[in-house]
Amino acid sequence: MRYLPKSPADREAMLKAIGLRSVDDLFAPIPAEYRLTRDLNIPRQMAESEIVDFFRQRSRENGDGYTSFLGAGAYFHYRPVIIDALISRGEFLTAYTPYQAEISQGTLQSIFEFQTMICELTGMEVANASMYDGSTAAAEGVMMAVRLTGRRSVVVARSLHPEYREVLATYATHQGMPLSVAGFTDDGRVNLNELEKSITPETACVLVQSPNFFGTIEDVAAIAEIAHKHGAMLVVSIAEAVSLGIVEPPRQADVIAMEAQSFGVPLGFGGPYCGVIATREKYVRQMPGRLVGQTTDKQGKRGFVLTLATREQHIRREKATSNICTNQALVALMVNIFMTVYGKVGLKELAKQNLAKTAYAASQFARHGKVLFTGTPRFNEFVVQTSEDPYAINGRLLGHKMVGGLPLKKFYPELGNAALWCCTELTTRSAIDTAVGLVAESERSVRSAKEETEEVAR
Amino acid sequence: MKHMTRKATRHVNQNEGLIFEKSSAGKAAWKLPPLDVPEVDTAKLLGSSERKDLGSMPEVSEIEIIRHFTRLSTWNFAIDLGMYPLGSCTMKYNPRVNEAVARVEGIANGHPYQPEKISQGALHIIKTLSEQLIEITGMDAITLQPAAGAHGEMTGLLMVRAYHQSKGNPRKKILIPDSAHGTNPATAAMVNYAVENLKSDSRGMVDLAALEEQMNEDVAALMLTNPNTLGVFEQDIHKIADILHAKGGLLYMDGANMNALVGKVRPGDFGVDVMHLNLHKTFSTPHGGGGPGSGPVAIKKVLEPFLPTPVVVTKPDGTLAFDYDRPQSVGRVRAFYGNFGMFVRALAYIQANGPDGLRQTTEDAVLNANYIRNGLEGTYDLPYATPTMHEVVFSDKLQAKKGVRTMDIAKRLIDYGFHPYTTAFPLIVPGALMIEPTESESKEEMDLFIEAMKSIAAEVEEDPQMALDAPHSTRVSRLDETAAARKPVLRWKPLI
Repeated sequence: MRYLPKSPADREAMLKAIGLRSVDDLFAPIPAEYRLTRDLNIPRQMAESEIVDFFRQRSRENGDGYTSFLGAGAYFHYRPVIIDALISRGEFLTAYTPYQAEISQGTLQSIFEFQTMICELTGMEVANASMYDGSTAAAEGVMMAVRLTGRRSVVVARSLHPEYREVLATYATHQGMPLSVAGFTDDGRVNLNELEKSITPETACVLVQSPNFFGTIEDVAAIAEIAHKHGAMLVVSIAEAVSLGIVEPPRQADVIAMEAQSFGVPLGFGGPYCGVIATREKYVRQMPGRLVGQTTDKQGKRGFVLTLATREQHIRREKATSNICTNQALVALMVNIFMTVYGKVGLKELAKQNLAKTAYAASQFARHGKVLFTGTPRFNEFVVQTSEDPYAINGRLLGHKMVGGLPLKKFYPELGNAALWCCTELTTRSAIDTAVGLVAESERSVRSAKEETEEVAR
Repeated sequence: MKHMTRKATRHVNQNEGLIFEKSSAGKAAWKLPPLDVPEVDTAKLLGSSERKDLGSMPEVSEIEIIRHFTRLSTWNFAIDLGMYPLGSCTMKYNPRVNEAVARVEGIANGHPYQPEKISQGALHIIKTLSEQLIEITGMDAITLQPAAGAHGEMTGLLMVRAYHQSKGNPRKKILIPDSAHGTNPATAAMVNYAVENLKSDSRGMVDLAALEEQMNEDVAALMLTNPNTLGVFEQDIHKIADILHAKGGLLYMDGANMNALVGKVRPGDFGVDVMHLNLHKTFSTPHGGGGPGSGPVAIKKVLEPFLPTPVVVTKPDGTLAFDYDRPQSVGRVRAFYGNFGMFVRALAYIQANGPDGLRQTTEDAVLNANYIRNGLEGTYDLPYATPTMHEVVFSDKLQAKKGVRTMDIAKRLIDYGFHPYTTAFPLIVPGALMIEPTESESKEEMDLFIEAMKSIAAEVEEDPQMALDAPHSTRVSRLDETAAARKPVLRWKPLI
């Protein structure tokens, strides 16, 4: 086996040194009746070339070469090539959690820079080293608010990513955290009246997403005012990190639970991604996850260490703030490099391109279908209502190697034939025009079919 | 320096500041293509939501970024540089073909919501890996959704709870041995179970009499790591399972130490009802400085209705699809389908090994741990003489007489060119040195390790200060963790 650095003679010599006759003696502690006496029923060893072939074949069956208008919590942005060049260095790739600070300064310093940039972008005072993803970060953010307020119930915006809501429901079920949902209005934002009515003296926090699942930017200031007036905290989820380049961050929030996938992390069919929690300094001791802090060594030289570990499971066990241990460090490094590449000016320009492409696309779609929630600002997603079922439209788009917007029927049946479309800096005008043309075609045919029926009826 | 071994020392002289300290206005590492749609008036589009300023975000050029992170990287120890015997973490070689195949276009860029018709490749990968992990564990079904080991634990206990609930009573507590990883009790608390400690016996194994006494209808499950954190196989595993099952409880196995078992014995065959795997340990996906991990949960048939949604199924026409219609499911534990990129790498690892390679891997891992035990027994105190599987736990009892503790020995080991073992864990061994070499170490590397550990023990006798002041060869010396926690500085701030 090519990964194993031993010759048969080495194994012999080692067994002899230990005083054993055969390797089977090493497994004597396992009761004989359970020992496997056959080969595992899995395919034979494959050569590297065969493995590469296998995955190339899978790649061809997996949307390779399609232009996509999908977003909904997973965004296709350009990834600067230096990201993979740098994260492929074995010193980053093949290290573990930086428990031994003196020989982990590379990881520790990069996490410290990551925490700093996340703070700059979110307007928060502290950020952790990462969480699994945006959905679990949102759930952990809510649990933080429950610990901090001593209250238990949670009001969740219906305009929060539906799968984030599902994850929160799973986490909340057994922790005695009742959830209630506040709907959205015709402008695509959370219904403030409904929100306020849902808040009780037992409400620990309000959880909203901005830009929300429809791409609409919430009025976070108004939401914060309502939540705070009733002694509840505000947790804001951000699923599209690139929005932070041009959209004012939710500074009024108490906790921000982010998904940073947009910052240089491949779509990868849904993971691994990079969750992050950012909050106020005064709440830091209730934060979940790893934190890196600055300190000095014996000579007074600056260095970095994992800190405030008394919050964590390996010290506090069942009283820890979370059970999280391994997080998403290498993915956070991708995010870190991406933020460094674009930086202060580039992130803004990048976000502006997203905004421009989306504004153009929405205006084109509006000529043929109905674009919802037009009265409020949005970032890079929008909802289009059509006469025809969006699944049928998408079926036709597939024929042109295009993946249309996400049909919303499954998550929001009340929106009827609606789909969530997304444009990023990588979406070309010609792709937008083609997609709009295909939607228009179907809309025209649906309309003319309808007119014909009506005519016949007349 | 007479006790130094032949290992090369590491890069020690660089001084690389924070990226913010290199920033100045006008430098850039990015270039966007010209906009092919009309420019927009952001103020008009966004109104009061428009962001004006990005604060202290850096402005640097590409070469500076390359040098910055490359220099930082040289301050890390890594498996690629040498032995990294961190106990219970299974720091094995991370094959590069895994990385290559994870970056093939359609795999790296597949969108989680693209139609199933054009997702057959990804679904095929999920299904194939699932089937092979089921075969390896001897279980009946699996979910790949959990993002790491602790997340898998949570998912497993959610299913345990749902199972008991379906029988009318979710039960109240989880039994956890005192040798367990901290995530076990932390997880039980997240699923609203009380934690009851279970004492280990003099062999370092579950005390059967204590278990018998503590087991009752209030106990939902026992969470057991096997081999446990002492590297000891629970020889009475089936009796343990029987005691639990007799009172309607379930046996949860923490699979952190599965690297000792693959191809040699299957948890499903010795009475385990639910277990998680760590793809980043046993199945070679890179640890990446602390993740991403992946924590699939394998289960017996009785728990199948409770699997998180969605589940991959084969449709009548032979194509693969996600099934969301699972009324008894515990729900979702993560958006989308889990850390798919890690599934790709784990599958590539299994393919490269085949049944014979996996078995040889396990044998070598156990052989290596025993070789180290044999080499260091007598030099370091071995608190439990029970046979060792994939890792061995010594204590600092002999060195403590000179005031040198496990962390000091660990720091001195750095000077010899090795990553330290896991210190001060498991908690049942005061001053523990927990050593897991994995199969990836050659005899030569382990001989050097043994030589280094013996040399340190000799140093401790002659000059304990050498270890107490260690490390001596790194860019920074021991860091003041107390100060870091007392007045936390968790971000860089510009000088005003």
